[in-house]
Amino acid sequence: MLIKSKDRNIILPSEITDREVYHQRRDFIRQSGQFALAAAASLTTPALVAGTLPQPSPRAKIAGVKPGPFSSSTDTPNSYKDITSYCNFYEFGTGKRDPERNAHTLKTRPWKVSIEGEVEKPGAYDLEDILKPHDLEERIYRFRCVEAWSMVVPWVGFPLADLIKRFQPTSKAKYVEFTTLYDPEQMPGQRRRVLDWPYTEGLRMDEAMNPLTMMVVGLYGEVLPNQNGAPLRLIVPWKYGFKSIKSIAKIRFTEQRPVSSWEKAGPREYGFYSNVNPRVDHPRWSQARERRLGAGFFEPKVETKLFNGYAEQVADLYAGMDLRKYF
Amino acid sequence: MVSERSLRWGIKPAVFLLCLVPLLWLVWDIVQGQLSANPIEDITHRSGDWALRFLLITLAVTPLKRLSGQVWLLRLRRMLGLYAFFYALLHFLTYLWLDQQFLFSEILVDIGKRPYITVGFSAFVLLIPLALTSNRYAMRRLGRRWQRLHRSVYVIAAFGVLHYLWLVKADSRDPVIYALILIALLGLRAWWQRHQRTV
Repeated sequence: MLIKSKDRNIILPSEITDREVYHQRRDFIRQSGQFALAAAASLTTPALVAGTLPQPSPRAKIAGVKPGPFSSSTDTPNSYKDITSYCNFYEFGTGKRDPERNAHTLKTRPWKVSIEGEVEKPGAYDLEDILKPHDLEERIYRFRCVEAWSMVVPWVGFPLADLIKRFQPTSKAKYVEFTTLYDPEQMPGQRRRVLDWPYTEGLRMDEAMNPLTMMVVGLYGEVLPNQNGAPLRLIVPWKYGFKSIKSIAKIRFTEQRPVSSWEKAGPREYGFYSNVNPRVDHPRWSQARERRLGAGFFEPKVETKLFNGYAEQVADLYAGMDLRKYF
Repeated sequence: MVSERSLRWGIKPAVFLLCLVPLLWLVWDIVQGQLSANPIEDITHRSGDWALRFLLITLAVTPLKRLSGQVWLLRLRRMLGLYAFFYALLHFLTYLWLDQQFLFSEILVDIGKRPYITVGFSAFVLLIPLALTSNRYAMRRLGRRWQRLHRSVYVIAAFGVLHYLWLVKADSRDPVIYALILIALLGLRAWWQRHQRTV
């Protein structure tokens, strides 16, 4: 076959954009950008805000967020910078600052969430459809990492229970398993087998249905940054942070107890329950106290509370269980 | 061969200042607010890193001398070793003061119960006599025993590496690199020693 190629360096007059048109196009792009932002700020259905934008602009406000339970707190929330620059998200690197640096490669739109297992309405749903029926609320939760530091975070989201009810799990569903996206192109940290990818976490059904358990799409009233688990993450405030899986791509209802990623990596150190408990140490460090980040250099650590201070809401879930055995 | 003059007035002061750079860099980052949201962790990690690095650099002096024939390198060894102690002290004080707030009940539990702290603490304690006997007077007083005592630096370095290996959660790339360097440095010594004997 003969392939004719013309000299690539020649620019034909017909290819040159008129200066006038060029500028108009610039203006058009700029205006559409502003329109998208304005739309994000003005839409009344919050789910649409998170959903309809091709790729949410960073720090776009989410409109229509109502204060939920725990929307006020005696603890001062950590700064936006602290929360977004100090993250464990090994899919983007094992350093605390790696996720902020690297998570821009993650494309959060379009995003599908696959609902599987013991459920009446399985399927691969667009994120927009997952979010649509839910009213978003703000809750300020304490966040306690297994590494003995903690933060206070104003999340935006809705109760996981509301989402679960919609998909109608069968009577066989005893547990919920969550899985993160597996895509080393978008998640460069997955190129090394630091953990058994994709990251997997799980809850017992009653834990998942507890009103405190939250699906999160935002932070400080704004779209959730990628390094904090966009577009959709879990928050289980009475458990160590790693239970609150980020960037959820699959929700599976199971009869058998799932094995979480950290449990697989170190069953002696990271149990399935991972409830915050000052009396059960991590084998390598004490859990009795925690460093509240942002507190200043000479501020002593604070005493860790059972169930991270949410005992009133969740202690009955574990009545009669030996929390040393089921750590 | 390097002249006594340039060693005393050029190389030694230059190395001294160079060894201070990690500290100045850390202080700069603190003042500029460039540490992470958990600055105490950063200070702990960075001082620990440099303690370990200086230990390995100190251990590299003898092999370097043998390979290059530059005997004057040995004259830097004490200073490098003392810097290892200095950064280890900084690391320990950060733990004691900023991290644990001198809460000795917890610190003792930590040292007794958690192997990585037990090993790290032992390494630090073992460094103290070496730092104290690094002067000429102690060398003269101890005679042959001085060298035997200072050979414990091999164990200390191994403890240091183990301390690091045991504390990481999942990603052990960095401590493994330190371990490989240590194995290489000690391996060279072992090989040379055997070689000397058989020749």
